[in-house]
Amino acid sequence: MADVSTPSADLAQNASVPLKPLGKVVAVTSGKGGVGKTFVSANLAAALARRGMRVLVLDADLGLANLDVVLNLYPKITLHDVFTGKAKLEEAIIRAPGGFSVLLAGSGMVEYSRLTPEVRDDFLRIMNGLVPHYDIVLLDTGAGISDVVLFAVSLASEVIVVATPEPTSLTDAYATIKVLVGQQKRQVVRMVINQTARLGDGRAITVQLQQVLDRFVATDPTRPIKLVHMGDIPADPAVRQAVMRRQLLTLSMPGSPAAMAIGQLAQKVQDTVVPR
Amino acid sequence: MASPFTAPPIHLEQLRLEDAQALLSRDAHLALPPTDSPQEFLQCVIDGLCELSQKDPLTGLSNRRQFNAVLERTIDSVARSGDPALLLMIDIDHFKKVNDQYGHHAGDLVLKAVGDALATCVRPMDTVARFGGEEFSIVMPNCHTYFGSTIGERIRETLQALRISIGIGVEISITVSVGGAYAPEWVRSTAALWIERADLQLYQAKSNGRNQVRLDTQQEIFVSAEEKNMLFGHLALGEPAWIEGVNHDAAAAAMGQRV
Repeated sequence: MADVSTPSADLAQNASVPLKPLGKVVAVTSGKGGVGKTFVSANLAAALARRGMRVLVLDADLGLANLDVVLNLYPKITLHDVFTGKAKLEEAIIRAPGGFSVLLAGSGMVEYSRLTPEVRDDFLRIMNGLVPHYDIVLLDTGAGISDVVLFAVSLASEVIVVATPEPTSLTDAYATIKVLVGQQKRQVVRMVINQTARLGDGRAITVQLQQVLDRFVATDPTRPIKLVHMGDIPADPAVRQAVMRRQLLTLSMPGSPAAMAIGQLAQKVQDTVVPR
Repeated sequence: MASPFTAPPIHLEQLRLEDAQALLSRDAHLALPPTDSPQEFLQCVIDGLCELSQKDPLTGLSNRRQFNAVLERTIDSVARSGDPALLLMIDIDHFKKVNDQYGHHAGDLVLKAVGDALATCVRPMDTVARFGGEEFSIVMPNCHTYFGSTIGERIRETLQALRISIGIGVEISITVSVGGAYAPEWVRSTAALWIERADLQLYQAKSNGRNQVRLDTQQEIFVSAEEKNMLFGHLALGEPAWIEGVNHDAAAAAMGQRV
Protein backbone atom coordinates (compact mmCIF):
# COMPACT_ATOMS: atom_id res chain seq x y z
CA MET A 1 0.00 0.00 0.00
CA ALA A 2 3.04 2.22 0.23
CA ASP A 3 2.31 3.42 -3.26
CA VAL A 4 3.41 6.92 -2.51
CA SER A 5 6.53 8.18 -0.86
CA THR A 6 5.42 9.85 2.28
CA PRO A 7 7.14 13.19 2.71
CA SER A 8 7.08 12.94 6.46
CA ALA A 9 8.73 9.66 7.23
CA ASP A 10 10.35 11.23 10.26
CA LEU A 11 6.91 11.46 11.84
CA ALA A 12 7.63 8.22 13.59
CA GLN A 13 10.17 10.02 15.75
CA ASN A 14 7.57 12.41 17.01
CA ALA A 15 6.02 10.85 20.08
CA SER A 16 2.79 12.80 19.74
CA VAL A 17 2.25 11.58 16.20
CA PRO A 18 3.67 8.10 16.00
CA LEU A 19 2.00 7.21 12.74
CA LYS A 20 3.07 7.06 9.18
CA PRO A 21 0.64 8.82 6.86
CA LEU A 22 -1.13 6.70 4.30
CA GLY A 23 -0.88 7.38 0.59
CA LYS A 24 -4.09 8.30 -1.21
CA VAL A 25 -5.47 9.73 2.01
CA VAL A 26 -6.23 13.45 1.96
CA ALA A 27 -7.33 15.26 5.09
CA VAL A 28 -9.67 18.20 4.66
CA THR A 29 -9.40 20.46 7.65
CA SER A 30 -9.82 24.07 8.71
CA GLY A 31 -8.89 26.19 11.65
CA LYS A 32 -12.27 27.66 12.34
CA GLY A 33 -15.59 25.89 12.09
CA GLY A 34 -18.29 26.98 9.73
CA VAL A 35 -16.04 27.72 6.77
CA GLY A 36 -17.58 25.02 4.60
CA LYS A 37 -15.16 22.21 5.25
CA THR A 38 -17.75 19.47 5.05
CA PHE A 39 -19.39 21.18 2.08
CA VAL A 40 -16.03 21.11 0.28
CA SER A 41 -15.32 17.48 1.26
CA ALA A 42 -18.68 16.20 0.06
CA ASN A 43 -18.80 18.15 -3.17
CA LEU A 44 -15.16 17.52 -3.98
CA ALA A 45 -15.86 13.82 -3.48
CA ALA A 46 -18.78 13.99 -5.91
CA ALA A 47 -16.68 15.89 -8.45
CA LEU A 48 -13.86 13.36 -8.16
CA ALA A 49 -16.33 10.50 -8.53
CA ARG A 50 -17.63 12.20 -11.64
CA ARG A 51 -14.11 12.07 -12.99
CA GLY A 52 -14.25 8.32 -12.67
CA MET A 53 -12.43 7.92 -9.39
CA ARG A 54 -13.36 5.58 -6.60
CA VAL A 55 -13.79 7.92 -3.66
CA LEU A 56 -14.43 7.37 0.04
CA VAL A 57 -15.25 10.17 2.46
CA LEU A 58 -14.65 9.35 6.08
CA ASP A 59 -16.21 11.32 8.88
CA ALA A 60 -12.99 11.79 10.79
CA ASP A 61 -14.68 14.12 13.25
CA LEU A 62 -15.86 11.02 15.05
CA GLY A 63 -19.55 11.62 14.67
CA LEU A 64 -19.47 15.34 15.21
CA ALA A 65 -19.13 16.34 11.60
CA ASN A 66 -22.16 17.39 9.65
CA LEU A 67 -21.46 14.99 6.83
CA ASP A 68 -24.68 13.11 7.50
CA VAL A 69 -26.58 16.38 7.43
CA VAL A 70 -24.96 17.65 4.24
CA LEU A 71 -25.58 14.36 2.47
CA ASN A 72 -28.96 13.73 4.07
CA LEU A 73 -27.89 10.24 5.09
CA TYR A 74 -28.83 8.48 8.28
CA PRO A 75 -27.38 4.98 8.11
CA LYS A 76 -28.30 2.34 10.66
CA ILE A 77 -24.76 1.04 10.80
CA THR A 78 -21.81 3.34 11.41
CA LEU A 79 -18.14 3.20 12.26
CA HIS A 80 -19.17 3.08 15.89
CA ASP A 81 -20.74 -0.33 15.32
CA VAL A 82 -17.53 -1.49 13.67
CA PHE A 83 -15.53 -0.27 16.67
CA THR A 84 -17.82 -2.01 19.10
CA GLY A 85 -17.78 -5.19 17.05
CA LYS A 86 -21.49 -5.08 16.20
CA ALA A 87 -20.99 -4.84 12.47
CA LYS A 88 -18.46 -5.45 9.75
CA LEU A 89 -16.66 -2.61 8.09
CA GLU A 90 -18.29 -3.34 4.73
CA GLU A 91 -21.72 -2.92 6.28
CA ALA A 92 -20.94 0.57 7.51
CA ILE A 93 -19.84 1.92 4.14
CA ILE A 94 -22.73 3.49 2.28
CA ARG A 95 -23.26 4.99 -1.12
CA ALA A 96 -23.73 8.76 -1.18
CA PRO A 97 -25.87 10.54 -3.78
CA GLY A 98 -22.78 11.83 -5.60
CA GLY A 99 -21.57 8.36 -6.56
CA PHE A 100 -18.97 8.03 -3.85
CA SER A 101 -18.76 6.01 -0.66
CA VAL A 102 -19.17 7.36 2.83
CA LEU A 103 -18.22 6.03 6.21
CA LEU A 104 -20.02 7.89 8.97
CA ALA A 105 -18.73 7.69 12.49
CA GLY A 106 -21.99 7.56 14.40
CA SER A 107 -22.78 9.58 17.46
CA GLY A 108 -21.30 7.10 19.92
CA MET A 109 -17.84 7.71 18.54
CA VAL A 110 -17.38 10.78 20.65
CA GLU A 111 -16.51 8.39 23.46
CA TYR A 112 -13.43 7.51 21.46
CA SER A 113 -12.22 11.06 21.23
CA ARG A 114 -9.83 10.42 24.09
CA LEU A 115 -7.73 8.55 21.59
CA THR A 116 -6.21 5.89 23.73
CA PRO A 117 -3.50 3.85 22.01
CA GLU A 118 -6.09 1.10 21.44
CA VAL A 119 -8.42 3.51 19.66
CA ARG A 120 -5.56 4.76 17.51
CA ASP A 121 -4.63 1.21 16.59
CA ASP A 122 -8.23 0.30 15.75
CA PHE A 123 -8.58 3.40 13.65
CA LEU A 124 -5.34 2.76 11.84
CA ARG A 125 -6.27 -0.85 11.22
CA ILE A 126 -9.58 0.23 9.73
CA MET A 127 -7.89 2.82 7.54
CA ASN A 128 -5.36 0.28 6.35
CA GLY A 129 -8.16 -2.01 5.32
CA LEU A 130 -10.02 0.71 3.48
CA VAL A 131 -7.36 2.52 1.54
CA PRO A 132 -6.53 -0.18 -1.05
CA HIS A 133 -10.13 -0.21 -2.27
CA TYR A 134 -10.21 3.44 -3.32
CA ASP A 135 -8.40 5.84 -5.57
CA ILE A 136 -8.68 8.50 -2.90
CA VAL A 137 -9.91 8.69 0.69
CA LEU A 138 -10.99 12.10 1.97
CA LEU A 139 -10.94 12.64 5.72
CA ASP A 140 -13.49 15.22 6.77
CA THR A 141 -11.89 16.27 10.03
CA GLY A 142 -13.28 18.33 12.84
CA ALA A 143 -12.64 22.02 13.08
CA GLY A 144 -10.08 23.44 15.41
CA ILE A 145 -6.96 21.70 16.58
CA SER A 146 -8.03 18.91 18.88
CA ASP A 147 -6.24 15.64 19.39
CA VAL A 148 -8.77 13.97 17.13
CA VAL A 149 -8.15 16.41 14.31
CA LEU A 150 -4.40 16.14 14.58
CA PHE A 151 -4.63 12.38 14.70
CA ALA A 152 -6.87 12.27 11.63
CA VAL A 153 -4.60 14.63 9.73
CA SER A 154 -1.57 12.58 10.74
CA LEU A 155 -3.06 9.63 8.87
CA ALA A 156 -3.13 11.55 5.62
CA SER A 157 -0.34 12.00 3.14
CA GLU A 158 -1.80 15.30 2.01
CA VAL A 159 -3.73 17.99 3.79
CA ILE A 160 -6.13 20.55 2.40
CA VAL A 161 -6.91 23.52 4.63
CA VAL A 162 -10.20 25.25 3.88
CA ALA A 163 -10.49 28.90 4.89
CA THR A 164 -12.62 31.90 4.07
CA PRO A 165 -11.29 35.43 3.56
CA GLU A 166 -12.51 36.48 7.02
CA PRO A 167 -9.73 37.50 9.42
CA THR A 168 -10.87 35.01 12.09
CA SER A 169 -10.81 32.17 9.60
CA LEU A 170 -7.39 33.20 8.31
CA THR A 171 -5.94 33.43 11.80
CA ASP A 172 -7.22 29.98 12.64
CA ALA A 173 -6.08 28.52 9.33
CA TYR A 174 -2.66 30.03 9.94
CA ALA A 175 -2.57 28.60 13.47
CA THR A 176 -3.55 25.19 12.11
CA ILE A 177 -0.79 25.30 9.52
CA LYS A 178 1.69 26.25 12.21
CA VAL A 179 0.76 23.17 14.21
CA LEU A 180 0.87 20.92 11.16
CA VAL A 181 4.32 22.22 10.34
CA GLY A 182 5.56 22.10 13.92
CA GLN A 183 4.08 18.81 15.11
CA GLN A 184 3.74 16.80 11.95
CA LYS A 185 6.72 18.27 10.13
CA ARG A 186 4.63 18.92 7.08
CA GLN A 187 6.19 20.98 4.37
CA VAL A 188 3.35 21.05 1.88
CA VAL A 189 -0.09 22.31 2.82
CA ARG A 190 -2.80 22.80 0.22
CA MET A 191 -5.21 25.70 0.44
CA VAL A 192 -8.81 26.08 -0.69
CA ILE A 193 -10.33 29.49 -0.13
CA ASN A 194 -14.09 29.33 0.15
CA GLN A 195 -16.57 32.18 -0.27
CA THR A 196 -14.28 34.50 -2.15
CA ALA A 197 -15.69 37.77 -3.45
CA ARG A 198 -13.58 38.11 -6.59
CA LEU A 199 -11.45 36.11 -8.90
CA GLY A 200 -7.91 35.97 -7.59
CA ASP A 201 -8.83 36.71 -3.98
CA GLY A 202 -7.98 33.20 -2.89
CA ARG A 203 -4.56 33.21 -4.51
CA ALA A 204 -3.81 36.56 -2.87
CA ILE A 205 -4.76 35.11 0.50
CA THR A 206 -2.53 32.08 -0.03
CA VAL A 207 0.35 34.39 -1.00
CA GLN A 208 -0.27 36.41 2.13
CA LEU A 209 -0.31 33.32 4.35
CA GLN A 210 2.85 32.07 2.66
CA GLN A 211 4.63 35.31 3.45
CA VAL A 212 3.68 35.22 7.10
CA LEU A 213 4.74 31.57 7.31
CA ASP A 214 8.07 32.34 5.66
CA ARG A 215 8.72 35.09 8.11
CA PHE A 216 7.56 33.51 11.36
CA VAL A 217 7.44 29.76 10.92
CA ALA A 218 9.77 28.53 8.17
CA THR A 219 12.89 29.78 9.86
CA ASP A 220 14.95 26.78 8.85
CA PRO A 221 16.00 27.37 5.21
CA THR A 222 16.55 23.65 4.71
CA ARG A 223 12.91 23.01 5.58
CA PRO A 224 10.83 25.43 3.57
CA ILE A 225 7.05 25.36 3.84
CA LYS A 226 5.08 25.39 0.64
CA LEU A 227 1.47 26.47 0.53
CA VAL A 228 -0.15 25.25 -2.67
CA HIS A 229 -3.15 27.20 -3.80
CA MET A 230 -5.65 24.58 -4.97
CA GLY A 231 -8.47 26.91 -5.85
CA ASP A 232 -11.11 29.41 -4.87
CA ILE A 233 -14.79 28.71 -4.42
CA PRO A 234 -16.68 31.92 -5.08
CA ALA A 235 -19.41 33.13 -2.75
CA ASP A 236 -22.50 31.86 -4.51
CA PRO A 237 -26.15 31.94 -3.42
CA ALA A 238 -26.54 28.49 -5.00
CA VAL A 239 -24.43 27.04 -2.18
CA ARG A 240 -26.87 28.15 0.46
CA GLN A 241 -29.76 26.84 -1.57
CA ALA A 242 -28.15 23.44 -1.97
CA VAL A 243 -27.22 23.28 1.71
CA MET A 244 -30.75 24.20 2.77
CA ARG A 245 -32.20 21.56 0.46
CA ARG A 246 -29.54 19.17 1.69
CA GLN A 247 -28.40 18.38 -1.79
CA LEU A 248 -24.93 18.27 -3.22
CA LEU A 249 -24.31 21.46 -5.13
CA THR A 250 -22.35 19.65 -7.80
CA LEU A 251 -25.43 17.51 -8.50
CA SER A 252 -28.30 19.90 -8.04
CA MET A 253 -26.74 23.01 -9.60
CA PRO A 254 -23.73 21.84 -11.60
CA GLY A 255 -23.67 25.05 -13.64
CA SER A 256 -23.41 27.37 -10.65
CA PRO A 257 -20.11 29.26 -10.23
CA ALA A 258 -19.29 27.43 -6.98
CA ALA A 259 -19.97 24.01 -8.53
CA MET A 260 -17.76 24.88 -11.51
CA ALA A 261 -15.01 25.93 -9.12
CA ILE A 262 -15.31 22.62 -7.28
CA GLY A 263 -15.02 20.83 -10.62
CA GLN A 264 -11.75 22.66 -11.27
CA LEU A 265 -10.59 21.86 -7.76
CA ALA A 266 -11.31 18.17 -8.39
CA GLN A 267 -9.23 18.26 -11.54
CA LYS A 268 -6.36 19.84 -9.69
CA VAL A 269 -6.64 17.30 -6.89
CA GLN A 270 -6.64 14.48 -9.40
CA ASP A 271 -3.66 15.92 -11.23
CA THR A 272 -1.49 16.86 -8.28
CA VAL A 273 -2.53 15.01 -5.16
CA VAL A 274 -3.54 11.53 -6.18
CA PRO A 275 -0.56 9.30 -6.75
CA ARG A 276 -0.50 7.38 -9.97
CA MET B 1 -69.83 21.02 27.73
CA ALA B 2 -66.28 22.20 28.29
CA SER B 3 -64.61 23.55 25.23
CA PRO B 4 -61.26 21.92 24.49
CA PHE B 5 -59.81 25.40 24.25
CA THR B 6 -60.56 26.51 27.79
CA ALA B 7 -58.76 24.84 30.65
CA PRO B 8 -60.93 23.77 33.57
CA PRO B 9 -60.79 26.16 36.52
CA ILE B 10 -58.25 25.37 39.22
CA HIS B 11 -59.54 24.85 42.74
CA LEU B 12 -56.60 25.28 45.06
CA GLU B 13 -58.48 23.68 47.95
CA GLN B 14 -58.72 20.44 45.98
CA LEU B 15 -54.93 20.22 45.59
CA ARG B 16 -52.66 18.81 48.24
CA LEU B 17 -50.20 21.66 48.56
CA GLU B 18 -49.31 21.38 52.25
CA ASP B 19 -45.98 19.63 51.71
CA ALA B 20 -44.95 22.02 48.95
CA GLN B 21 -45.91 25.06 51.04
CA ALA B 22 -44.09 23.75 54.09
CA LEU B 23 -41.01 23.02 52.01
CA LEU B 24 -41.04 26.46 50.48
CA SER B 25 -41.53 28.38 53.69
CA ARG B 26 -38.99 26.30 55.59
CA ASP B 27 -36.22 25.77 53.03
CA ALA B 28 -36.66 28.62 50.60
CA HIS B 29 -38.07 31.18 53.05
CA LEU B 30 -40.48 32.02 50.29
CA ALA B 31 -43.61 33.99 51.08
CA LEU B 32 -46.29 32.79 48.68
CA PRO B 33 -48.68 35.34 47.17
CA PRO B 34 -52.35 35.45 48.21
CA THR B 35 -54.49 32.69 46.80
CA ASP B 36 -57.04 34.88 45.01
CA SER B 37 -55.22 34.24 41.73
CA PRO B 38 -54.78 30.45 41.67
CA GLN B 39 -52.65 30.60 38.56
CA GLU B 40 -50.23 33.12 40.02
CA PHE B 41 -50.13 31.20 43.27
CA LEU B 42 -49.35 27.89 41.57
CA GLN B 43 -46.77 29.48 39.31
CA CYS B 44 -45.05 30.78 42.42
CA VAL B 45 -45.15 27.32 44.05
CA ILE B 46 -43.74 25.69 40.93
CA ASP B 47 -41.01 28.31 40.52
CA GLY B 48 -40.10 27.94 44.17
CA LEU B 49 -39.89 24.15 43.93
CA CYS B 50 -37.80 24.34 40.76
CA GLU B 51 -35.45 26.72 42.50
CA LEU B 52 -35.21 24.41 45.49
CA SER B 53 -34.53 21.41 43.30
CA GLN B 54 -31.49 23.14 41.85
CA LYS B 55 -29.88 24.25 45.09
CA ASP B 56 -27.62 22.64 47.58
CA PRO B 57 -29.45 23.03 50.91
CA LEU B 58 -26.35 23.70 52.99
CA THR B 59 -24.44 26.20 50.91
CA GLY B 60 -27.21 27.63 48.74
CA LEU B 61 -25.02 26.99 45.70
CA SER B 62 -26.18 25.05 42.65
CA ASN B 63 -26.49 21.39 43.39
CA ARG B 64 -25.22 18.50 41.33
CA ARG B 65 -28.40 18.37 39.24
CA GLN B 66 -28.16 22.01 38.23
CA PHE B 67 -24.43 21.67 37.70
CA ASN B 68 -24.95 18.79 35.26
CA ALA B 69 -27.55 20.75 33.33
CA VAL B 70 -25.25 23.78 33.06
CA LEU B 71 -22.34 21.59 32.02
CA GLU B 72 -24.35 19.98 29.22
CA ARG B 73 -25.58 23.35 28.02
CA THR B 74 -22.05 24.75 28.06
CA ILE B 75 -20.74 21.81 26.05
CA ASP B 76 -23.42 22.48 23.44
CA SER B 77 -22.57 26.14 23.20
CA VAL B 78 -18.83 25.49 23.06
CA ALA B 79 -19.33 23.04 20.22
CA ARG B 80 -21.31 25.62 18.28
CA SER B 81 -19.50 28.83 19.09
CA GLY B 82 -15.99 27.68 19.85
CA ASP B 83 -15.85 30.08 22.78
CA PRO B 84 -13.57 28.63 25.41
CA ALA B 85 -15.20 27.44 28.64
CA LEU B 86 -13.43 26.47 31.83
CA LEU B 87 -14.42 23.89 34.41
CA LEU B 88 -12.79 24.15 37.82
CA MET B 89 -12.94 21.49 40.51
CA ILE B 90 -12.10 22.77 43.98
CA ASP B 91 -11.48 20.59 46.99
CA ILE B 92 -10.89 21.72 50.57
CA ASP B 93 -7.56 20.40 51.80
CA HIS B 94 -7.65 18.14 54.86
CA PHE B 95 -11.34 18.76 55.42
CA LYS B 96 -11.64 15.59 57.44
CA LYS B 97 -9.35 17.12 60.06
CA VAL B 98 -11.79 20.02 60.51
CA ASN B 99 -14.62 17.58 61.11
CA ASP B 100 -12.57 15.39 63.42
CA GLN B 101 -11.14 18.25 65.42
CA TYR B 102 -14.06 20.67 65.65
CA GLY B 103 -17.11 18.56 64.85
CA HIS B 104 -19.50 18.40 61.96
CA HIS B 105 -21.19 21.68 62.72
CA ALA B 106 -17.86 23.42 62.25
CA GLY B 107 -17.44 21.44 59.05
CA ASP B 108 -20.77 22.74 57.80
CA LEU B 109 -19.76 26.31 58.64
CA VAL B 110 -16.56 25.86 56.67
CA LEU B 111 -18.46 24.50 53.67
CA LYS B 112 -20.83 27.48 53.78
CA ALA B 113 -17.99 29.97 54.10
CA VAL B 114 -16.09 28.38 51.25
CA GLY B 115 -19.22 28.41 49.08
CA ASP B 116 -19.83 32.10 49.81
CA ALA B 117 -16.19 32.96 49.12
CA LEU B 118 -16.15 31.03 45.83
CA ALA B 119 -19.20 32.92 44.63
CA THR B 120 -17.36 36.22 45.16
CA CYS B 121 -14.38 35.07 43.08
CA VAL B 122 -16.24 34.64 39.79
CA ARG B 123 -18.64 36.42 37.47
CA PRO B 124 -22.42 36.32 37.93
CA MET B 125 -22.67 34.30 34.70
CA ASP B 126 -20.54 31.50 36.15
CA THR B 127 -22.13 28.58 37.95
CA VAL B 128 -20.69 27.70 41.34
CA ALA B 129 -21.89 24.33 42.52
CA ARG B 130 -21.34 21.96 45.38
CA PHE B 131 -20.18 18.88 43.57
CA GLY B 132 -20.39 16.68 46.63
CA GLY B 133 -18.79 16.43 50.05
CA GLU B 134 -16.07 19.05 50.32
CA GLU B 135 -15.68 19.30 46.56
CA PHE B 136 -16.97 22.31 44.64
CA SER B 137 -17.07 23.02 40.95
CA ILE B 138 -17.36 26.13 38.82
CA VAL B 139 -18.47 26.25 35.20
CA MET B 140 -17.19 29.35 33.45
CA PRO B 141 -18.54 29.87 29.96
CA ASN B 142 -16.72 32.21 27.64
CA CYS B 143 -13.56 32.24 29.72
CA HIS B 144 -10.45 32.76 27.67
CA THR B 145 -7.57 30.36 28.09
CA TYR B 146 -5.12 32.95 29.37
CA PHE B 147 -7.43 33.86 32.27
CA GLY B 148 -7.61 30.32 33.63
CA SER B 149 -4.61 30.36 35.93
CA THR B 150 -5.40 33.88 37.13
CA ILE B 151 -8.86 32.79 38.23
CA GLY B 152 -7.55 29.60 39.77
CA GLU B 153 -4.94 31.53 41.76
CA ARG B 154 -7.49 34.15 42.81
CA ILE B 155 -9.65 31.38 44.24
CA ARG B 156 -6.74 29.73 45.97
CA GLU B 157 -5.51 33.00 47.53
CA THR B 158 -8.97 34.19 48.53
CA LEU B 159 -9.69 30.97 50.36
CA GLN B 160 -6.28 30.87 51.99
CA ALA B 161 -6.89 34.36 53.36
CA LEU B 162 -10.38 33.46 54.60
CA ARG B 163 -10.87 33.38 58.36
CA ILE B 164 -13.82 31.19 59.21
CA SER B 165 -15.49 31.72 62.57
CA ILE B 166 -16.66 28.36 63.91
CA GLY B 167 -17.52 29.47 67.41
CA ILE B 168 -17.05 32.39 69.80
CA GLY B 169 -13.45 33.43 69.46
CA VAL B 170 -12.54 30.42 67.34
CA GLU B 171 -11.38 31.13 63.81
CA ILE B 172 -9.83 28.66 61.48
CA SER B 173 -8.35 28.90 58.03
CA ILE B 174 -8.23 26.38 55.25
CA THR B 175 -6.59 25.91 51.89
CA VAL B 176 -7.95 24.44 48.68
CA SER B 177 -6.60 22.55 45.72
CA VAL B 178 -7.89 23.52 42.32
CA GLY B 179 -7.95 21.48 39.12
CA GLY B 180 -9.26 22.84 35.86
CA ALA B 181 -9.86 21.90 32.26
CA TYR B 182 -11.13 23.76 29.23
CA ALA B 183 -13.87 22.29 27.13
CA PRO B 184 -12.31 21.22 23.86
CA GLU B 185 -13.21 23.98 21.46
CA TRP B 186 -15.42 23.14 18.52
CA VAL B 187 -15.74 19.60 19.72
CA ARG B 188 -18.89 18.17 21.21
CA SER B 189 -17.38 16.43 24.17
CA THR B 190 -19.21 14.77 27.01
CA ALA B 191 -19.74 16.03 30.54
CA ALA B 192 -18.10 12.91 31.94
CA LEU B 193 -14.91 13.41 29.91
CA TRP B 194 -14.70 17.07 30.83
CA ILE B 195 -15.13 16.38 34.54
CA GLU B 196 -12.59 13.59 34.30
CA ARG B 197 -9.99 15.93 32.82
CA ALA B 198 -10.56 18.56 35.50
CA ASP B 199 -10.56 15.89 38.23
CA LEU B 200 -7.25 14.55 37.00
CA GLN B 201 -5.74 18.01 37.44
CA LEU B 202 -7.26 18.27 40.91
CA TYR B 203 -5.76 14.91 41.79
CA GLN B 204 -2.36 16.13 40.61
CA ALA B 205 -2.69 19.33 42.64
CA LYS B 206 -3.48 17.18 45.69
CA SER B 207 -0.70 14.70 45.21
CA ASN B 208 1.75 17.49 44.52
CA GLY B 209 1.27 18.95 47.99
CA ARG B 210 -2.17 20.66 47.95
CA ASN B 211 -2.94 24.40 48.13
CA GLN B 212 -2.23 24.81 44.44
CA VAL B 213 -3.83 25.22 41.04
CA ARG B 214 -3.40 22.81 38.15
CA LEU B 215 -4.89 23.37 34.72
CA ASP B 216 -5.15 20.98 31.82
CA THR B 217 -2.87 22.51 29.23
CA GLN B 218 -4.66 22.32 25.95
CA GLN B 219 -3.06 22.45 22.61
CA GLU B 220 -2.06 26.10 22.76
CA ILE B 221 -1.60 27.78 19.46
CA PHE B 222 -0.32 31.23 19.76
CA VAL B 223 -0.64 33.69 16.92
CA SER B 224 1.16 36.89 17.93
CA ALA B 225 -0.07 40.38 17.22
CA GLU B 226 2.84 40.76 14.83
CA GLU B 227 1.74 37.73 12.86
CA LYS B 228 -1.87 38.88 12.82
CA ASN B 229 -0.79 42.30 11.68
CA MET B 230 1.06 40.80 8.78
CA LEU B 231 -1.82 38.46 8.00
CA PHE B 232 -4.45 41.12 7.65
CA GLY B 233 -3.19 44.29 9.22
CA HIS B 234 -3.81 46.04 5.93
CA LEU B 235 -7.53 45.44 6.40
CA ALA B 236 -7.54 47.84 9.32
CA LEU B 237 -5.31 50.25 7.45
CA GLY B 238 -7.82 50.51 4.67
CA GLU B 239 -5.66 48.95 2.00
CA PRO B 240 -7.31 45.59 1.54
CA ALA B 241 -5.27 43.40 -0.74
CA TRP B 242 -7.90 40.93 -1.78
CA ILE B 243 -11.18 42.51 -0.74
CA GLU B 244 -10.60 45.27 -3.24
CA GLY B 245 -9.01 42.90 -5.68
CA VAL B 246 -5.97 45.10 -6.13
CA ASN B 247 -2.76 44.12 -7.80
CA HIS B 248 -1.43 41.32 -5.65
CA ASP B 249 2.18 41.88 -6.41
CA ALA B 250 1.84 45.49 -5.34
CA ALA B 251 0.08 44.39 -2.18
CA ALA B 252 2.75 41.84 -1.49
CA ALA B 253 5.43 44.43 -2.08
CA ALA B 254 3.69 46.81 0.30
CA MET B 255 3.60 44.09 2.95
CA GLY B 256 7.26 43.43 2.39
CA GLN B 257 8.13 47.08 2.94
CA ARG B 258 6.25 47.24 6.20
CA VAL B 259 8.18 44.27 7.44
